[in-house]
Amino acid sequence: MSAARHHRRLAAASAAVVLALTASACTGSSGGASDDPNAKTTITFWHGWSAPSEIKAIDENIKAFEKKHSNITVKAVSNITDDKINQALRAGGPKAPDVVSSFTTDNVGEFCTSGAFVDLAPFMKKSGIDPAQTFPSAQLDYTQFEGNQCSLPLLSDAYGLYYNKKMFAAAGISAPPKTLSEFDADAVKLTKSSGDSYAQLGFMPDYHGYESTITHFASQFDATYFDDNGKSTVADDPGLTAAYVWQKGLVDKLGGYRKLEKYRTTFGDEFGDKNPFMTGQVAMAIDGEWRGGMIDASSSPVDYGVAPFPVPDDRAAEYGKGYTSGTIVGIAHTSQKQNAAWEFVKFLTTDTDAVVSFSNAIHNVPSTKAALASDKVDPNPAFQTFLKIAQNPHSSTTPASPNGGAYQLTLQNVGYAYESGKNTDLSGALEKAAKQIDTDVAQAQ
Amino acid sequence: MTQAVTGTRGRSVQRPRTRAARRRRDRLRNLGFLSPWLAGTGLFFLYPLLATGYFSFTHYDGFTTPRWTGLRNWVFVTHDYPFFWPAMRNTLWLVLVVVTLRVVFGLAVAMLVLRLKRGGGLVRTLYYAPYLAPPVAATIAFVFLLNPGTGPVNVVLGHLGLPQPGWFNDPTWSKPSLTLLALWGVGDLMVIFMASLLNVPREQYEAASLDGAGALGRFRFVTVPHIRPILVFAAITGVIETMQYYTQPLIAGQVASGQIGGSGQQTEPGYPDGSTLTLPQLVYNLGFQRFDIGAACVIALVLFAFSMLFAAVLLRRGTGLLGED
Repeated sequence: MSAARHHRRLAAASAAVVLALTASACTGSSGGASDDPNAKTTITFWHGWSAPSEIKAIDENIKAFEKKHSNITVKAVSNITDDKINQALRAGGPKAPDVVSSFTTDNVGEFCTSGAFVDLAPFMKKSGIDPAQTFPSAQLDYTQFEGNQCSLPLLSDAYGLYYNKKMFAAAGISAPPKTLSEFDADAVKLTKSSGDSYAQLGFMPDYHGYESTITHFASQFDATYFDDNGKSTVADDPGLTAAYVWQKGLVDKLGGYRKLEKYRTTFGDEFGDKNPFMTGQVAMAIDGEWRGGMIDASSSPVDYGVAPFPVPDDRAAEYGKGYTSGTIVGIAHTSQKQNAAWEFVKFLTTDTDAVVSFSNAIHNVPSTKAALASDKVDPNPAFQTFLKIAQNPHSSTTPASPNGGAYQLTLQNVGYAYESGKNTDLSGALEKAAKQIDTDVAQAQ
Repeated sequence: MTQAVTGTRGRSVQRPRTRAARRRRDRLRNLGFLSPWLAGTGLFFLYPLLATGYFSFTHYDGFTTPRWTGLRNWVFVTHDYPFFWPAMRNTLWLVLVVVTLRVVFGLAVAMLVLRLKRGGGLVRTLYYAPYLAPPVAATIAFVFLLNPGTGPVNVVLGHLGLPQPGWFNDPTWSKPSLTLLALWGVGDLMVIFMASLLNVPREQYEAASLDGAGALGRFRFVTVPHIRPILVFAAITGVIETMQYYTQPLIAGQVASGQIGGSGQQTEPGYPDGSTLTLPQLVYNLGFQRFDIGAACVIALVLFAFSMLFAAVLLRRGTGLLGED
């Protein structure tokens, strides 16, 4: 009996210790904006760029900042992924970053709702920056969540149509398609079958075909994902349904899912020189503005042209728009040097010269109105096409949500099942997806 | 001691007190010796286990204070989370098939290497070397070798007029492809089984032969009883490793799918068609990518429970890790 009592005491003591430790571990540490921005200090900046040319470009921007703010030294850490960011922001500590940038806008909702990134609105107010006057509306949208402007755009991405000029000429196509019916006809015309595969494919519509995602396509159909109350609208949105139906139609026109998927396995890495558009395996591709810079810097012989991605026939007037996204930058909630960090964020995101020079160096679209209008921006016609797409009032992006890109994953899975023929009841699948999205969002709150 | 002999009354009261004091001293001394183990177990096993249990009943994103939500995470994971049951089925499939085949194949290779008169060292090295390959590199190499469009394996199969499977790109073949990868790295088990087989007394084989036992009889009645603890050890560690199977299916799925996962492009978990999704991938995805540590803890506890269950069943049926258990 006494041994049993002793064990119980030990277990109770252990539980108490565990709970105490748990409680102390959970309180975390938070920083503040009480530091003197004029004091001599060093801030840590985490970013995801890794190519030597990209690192050189961001380092030059940092040097320009340090020249303007001689009291602040910026220690840059490259090649950082969102997973590393998430872990560092939780852990805090002296080595944690003060300023953080991320390539994807998908996690903005998580960063804002969790408080991982601080709200930048008070900083902008203090510095006299009017966000609506400074940034294009699409860029402002994807850097905030439910009124919390916890990040700012640091260059943008716009998606358009890349086409192989030689293949177009050989197929007798004189101009890039503007509507999706023209696009489908061109894709079929540009496709050359070879047994159960292809000698050349007009366009890879499969959802595993790199940037051929449902959200990129659905942008052309003005699809919406959530209503004002944050409830999923995917079951009732006609644009989204039309996007799925159009993609499935093109899959069937080009030879069917199985044949396309088999051909897809011959593709090289999306971000390498063996990208199928760069090797001539596909004649057209949906891609971001960076592809032009990559082709120009590579040994690829492809003679390419660029145009906005075609729009549905009943939205021909909106031709010129596209999906937009971009890199975001914010201040970690654990930073003890938030005022100094803000000076750096302000420079990176609003200094016109800094934004333009960085944009020209890494072939990304500038993210402020002043930089977009600057005559110093790269005059390359292909790049200019993307600038126009980014500024098009009909261009759109995927909205932030409290659980990041989870809803996009749900929609992607609907697409995989529908394109392969595993599921033929699209409206039923979208109803189920809407319920799933609402459940996932509720779980995240 | 001096007090204990002062009188009857004193003796009857003081002796138990002395015994109790000695027992307390013994206990403290034992506790002192045990303290490194207690600290290690408490810090690295008990605390994480209890904390995981606590977090599984909370909404916890890693930034804000956990909020008690009762059974919500458990209901979400088991009822509303579409990836949980497919991942559970895949994990159990891998546990049953991969562990069984690895044990059988590892034992067969070990017996073969021991029987070789010449070249045993070379064969042993050839089978052991793949075990040293980094899992990420080995998985990427396998995906390239088995690429249905450009991989050399399908090219050879095509030349031979044999069917060309989709391997990592086909939901029917993706788990068998992972099994092939696991069998390729069977060198660790081969070495353990070789050591165990060398310990079986030769004279027992001779005696069994004299009694008329054939090869199968000698294996069944001499080899297996001697190496049973090692078989149980291999099975238990195999089950635990496979319950934690993360790197290979994740890399294989991502490389085969070609998805990188930028804005508007979500990496498909368990490509193709969820067939390579395992429970540890869900723990990482929920806990570190979706900021839902509570739900991740539920899956971690399910994994723990299954590992314990498998280990308990194997230990009972296999009569323990030590022969005399």
